Amino acid sequence: MPETTLQPVEAIETEPSSSFWMDAWHRLWKNKLAVFGLAIVAILSALCFSEPFLCRHVIGFTYEQQNLVLGPAPPSRLHWLGTDPLGRDLLARLLYGGRISLMVGILATAVSLTIGVLYGAIAGFAGGKLDMVLMRCVDILYALPFTIFVILLMVFFGQNIILLFVAIGAVEWLTMARIVRGQVMSLKHQEFVEAARALGLRRRRILLRHILPNLLGPIIVYATLTVPEVMLLEAFLSFLGLGVQPPQSSWGVLIKEGAEMMEEYPWLLIYPAVAMALTLFALNFLGDGLRDALDVRASKD
Amino acid sequence: MLRFIARRVLETIPVLFIIATVTFFMMRLAPGGPFDTDKQVSKEVRAHMEAHYGLDKPLFEQYLLQMKHLLQGDLGPSFKYPSRTVNEIIADAFPVSLELGVESLAVALVLGLLAGMIASFRQNSAWDHIPMALAMIGLCVPTFVMGPLLISAFALHLDWFDAAGWFLPRDRVLPALTLGAFYAAYVARLARGGLLEILNQDFIRTARAKGAGGARILLKHALRGGLLPVVSFLGPAAAGLLTGSFVVETIFGIPGLGRYFVTAAFNRDYFMVMGAVLFYAVFVIVFNLLADIALVWMNPRLRFE
Amino acid sequence: MSRSTGLRKVTVAMLGLSALATFLPCGCGKRETLVDIGDRTQEYRVGNSDEPSDLDPQTAIGEIEHYIMVSLFEGLVIGDPKDVSPKPGVAERWDISADGKTYTFHLRNNARWSNGEPVTARDFVESYHRMLTPSLGAQYSYMLYPVTNAETFNTGKITNFDEVGFKALNDLTLEVKLHSAAPYLLSMMIHDSWFPVPVSTIKKYGAIDDRSNPWTRPEHFVGNGPFTLKEWRMHSHILVERSSNYWDAANVRLNKIYFDPEESFDTQERMFRSGELHTVRQAPPSKVAFYLKYKPDLINDYPQATTEFYKFNVTRPPLNDKRVREALAMSIDRRAITETVSRAGELPAFCLTPPDMAGYTARAHVREDIPEARRLLAEAGYPDGKNFPRVELLYNTLQNHKAVAEALQQMWKINLNIDIILHNEEWKVYLDTMRRVDYAMARSAWGADYMDPSTFLDVFTTDSGNNETGWSNAEYDRLCAVAANTGDKAARYAAFQKAEAILMDEMPILPIFFYTRPRLLRPSVKGWYPNLLDQPNFKSIYLDPKAE
Repeated sequence: MPETTLQPVEAIETEPSSSFWMDAWHRLWKNKLAVFGLAIVAILSALCFSEPFLCRHVIGFTYEQQNLVLGPAPPSRLHWLGTDPLGRDLLARLLYGGRISLMVGILATAVSLTIGVLYGAIAGFAGGKLDMVLMRCVDILYALPFTIFVILLMVFFGQNIILLFVAIGAVEWLTMARIVRGQVMSLKHQEFVEAARALGLRRRRILLRHILPNLLGPIIVYATLTVPEVMLLEAFLSFLGLGVQPPQSSWGVLIKEGAEMMEEYPWLLIYPAVAMALTLFALNFLGDGLRDALDVRASKD
Repeated sequence: MLRFIARRVLETIPVLFIIATVTFFMMRLAPGGPFDTDKQVSKEVRAHMEAHYGLDKPLFEQYLLQMKHLLQGDLGPSFKYPSRTVNEIIADAFPVSLELGVESLAVALVLGLLAGMIASFRQNSAWDHIPMALAMIGLCVPTFVMGPLLISAFALHLDWFDAAGWFLPRDRVLPALTLGAFYAAYVARLARGGLLEILNQDFIRTARAKGAGGARILLKHALRGGLLPVVSFLGPAAAGLLTGSFVVETIFGIPGLGRYFVTAAFNRDYFMVMGAVLFYAVFVIVFNLLADIALVWMNPRLRFE
Repeated sequence: MSRSTGLRKVTVAMLGLSALATFLPCGCGKRETLVDIGDRTQEYRVGNSDEPSDLDPQTAIGEIEHYIMVSLFEGLVIGDPKDVSPKPGVAERWDISADGKTYTFHLRNNARWSNGEPVTARDFVESYHRMLTPSLGAQYSYMLYPVTNAETFNTGKITNFDEVGFKALNDLTLEVKLHSAAPYLLSMMIHDSWFPVPVSTIKKYGAIDDRSNPWTRPEHFVGNGPFTLKEWRMHSHILVERSSNYWDAANVRLNKIYFDPEESFDTQERMFRSGELHTVRQAPPSKVAFYLKYKPDLINDYPQATTEFYKFNVTRPPLNDKRVREALAMSIDRRAITETVSRAGELPAFCLTPPDMAGYTARAHVREDIPEARRLLAEAGYPDGKNFPRVELLYNTLQNHKAVAEALQQMWKINLNIDIILHNEEWKVYLDTMRRVDYAMARSAWGADYMDPSTFLDVFTTDSGNNETGWSNAEYDRLCAVAANTGDKAARYAAFQKAEAILMDEMPILPIFFYTRPRLLRPSVKGWYPNLLDQPNFKSIYLDPKAE
């Protein structure tokens, strides 16, 4: 089928210019689900980051304000999502925790994505000795004891939110790198890449302009898979003393503690899990929309 | 291909050596030792305990000694369980994890691949949305929630299973579901993403337009290219599944290997950590190798390089 | 408005349903559970909440191991199931010399090891020889230190064991000589460190001082207790069976005991609910209150001789100032903590030693007085909490520690207007930090090893490795030494009272509460008694299916 080879070559010839990004944006904007996802993420972020204001003026409780006499109470007019065993307002804690979890979820995913994609793409594209060395490094990092790594990080650098990203980034990019490498290896022998080579394009250019766009699908899917994993990993790091410290909260910690009491006080698990699921769905719609919008094949339509 | 495998096996030696070395020094850098408890022991007693395990020697000598023992296949005694050796503990616990791992992997692959294939082939229909929504929810329900939920429903209320334990064949059902469902969600999402990528390529579109049967296309063309991400993911995932899961083993009271990866580090059981890490490393290397072989096999354009 | 009340109704209904579902009787009239079978066959199934590190009473030191070893070994004296007072074990009776320094134990002539050999006075001497052999590195060797030269031998200063105060006068008579009177000796002897071990068996499988000696495997194991080891599968189960060679086998009613080592309290609680276990060592903290309220017949919540307290590092400002420590200790509401945060029926603690420790109840008390606390804080230079430096509270993440710390943090904020920073560390890192006294304030707890106030008060003497506060008081040390070297109970307890008063005046620690043991227990378990040390007595237990 001649179309297969011809069409990407056309894409090579027409240089993606600023109009490419404009087109992509337009396509994204036309995708209702994607806009919906974007709106949800934006609203959630806005709510979480205006938590101090909301707590003071709307909710009426701060995330750390206890009411030991009240204890764990189900949702009510006063506490819309109920309270935890120390009588703290769950909604306030959820909003406060969202700041940390959204930041961790999105930033740490972005960090691991960047490292993983570049690393995997270089390994897969270069092949040979370099690929061998790079991928054996990945094998080594997979095997090292993560718990000890986190403990060492904490002991040597103290508690620090940056360390959270380092610790999570250090493990989460590995599988991303493997997936990207596999894709690149299969793409680099396809005709349109051979054609770009024949046209004398530089390797970096081929990689960035012609191979990466074809990877968007798997990358975006895996990125949305990474977000919830990262948020829950944060709870484990908190257990080791690296993550958030009480009375602060995060969605991961709320879910972990809610799970311990899910039979007695189900709302403590349900609402944080709903918040996380909502974010994930929204990011997923947005991700699908982004992939379609940036798709080089679709751009011709 | 034999040359490729032989070379990879040779590469394994330096990789394991580096892992062992880094692990050794990481462990020793971590504060707190194997004999720290909340009731302090006297200096003399501590010295004798350390001497028993050779921990009183200079660090580098200990390192050389341990490397020598590792070369002989001797992983050493466990500090936490003094009358057992690490070799014994692994030999005892691994078969359990292997069994659970194979069963969970089967659940993950069957559920995940089916859902992914159906969803991608009937994109944007209910066949797509429902399994994918379930997969998304599965990702938000971590195993430490899924396990207790399943136990609550099927063991405590319906009384079909025991709440925990690893004695009868039916004891395998809930843990394998819990662990498998989580990985199934990953496999389903990755399979759908990869397959869509291929299905939307023009040669498939053309073939479909020309009326070629759906199933034939799916099997002949799409699966080969579309499952690459799943295969890449499965390398490390299978290694992790087969060597056990701490959370699931704890929830279901399973005497598997997974718990040692976490507790050995917490106990500062130096030799146990080393044994577990190296054992897992071999699995990671082997499964990544298998995944790489599968990649070549699925993509005839590639050669073993 | 109506929407939110509707929401509330739904949630209340949800709560009610889930609470109901949680405590619905399960398995009624359905298949026969393991507990039902056990009730018929006298097989007792115990949730023991961790894998024992070993079953050698001289090197395995935890509560988990202890609970199993009590079924496998028997010392000269055993603890009474109700109050842990010393009762005859292998020793039928004993004589104490007038000066309280010589104990003569008369062994029963029918005491047997599980391999059929008689238990002799020589066995005890050899066991204590092994216990005190320095190269074994037995953590609890100090439990034998009241005995003449036990310490000097254990620390390698003498090498001839004949100089140590243990002597087998004949096969059935053991003489124990002490360097000074120790009226709590018999209480100490209930502890595992005084159990006999089968030295000839141990020698068969390796060196006598080898911690890794595999003699505790089921295929090698020899003990002298009411039960003997049959199966041991790590993280799966330990099975012990009634020993036919035990001298009192006729009065042992259980045929088998099955110990489940799963370390998750939640898992064990679910196994209890599904009828897989007769008893669970500890109900999960989140469920204790529910059991107490809805299923009181399934839970036994008994006080324990274990105190929860915070340690102050008295070497660093601002906590080197006694007034600051007092202010912190006086400005918290302990009753609110036990009733609304930990919620397992704990007793608020105003001193270190739990009440009625072998007849001793401390008179010294820390007061709760917020105005006075504010005054002291102002006097120390921080009026209304102004300029109060950064103080971190170190804790380890387990059970309720975090919630208690958060509640106290809030109390100090409200009552004293000071910010205490919470900081958690992984267990071993925490232990290391504590050992180096590199903290400001840290949570801690201490449980009794035996029934005597010294097991608590000795912790804060200057030389104690467990002090970890930097606090040192010569008069306190002197009082503890006086108590340790007097046979007269009244004089000893008077010295303890004075010592505890100094401790509560100087405040190197902030007592919070005395623990309870919220044990889950099926009604069919009979002959089981709670006690302050959670000391089991499997001899008296039997299962009555009619009680279910």
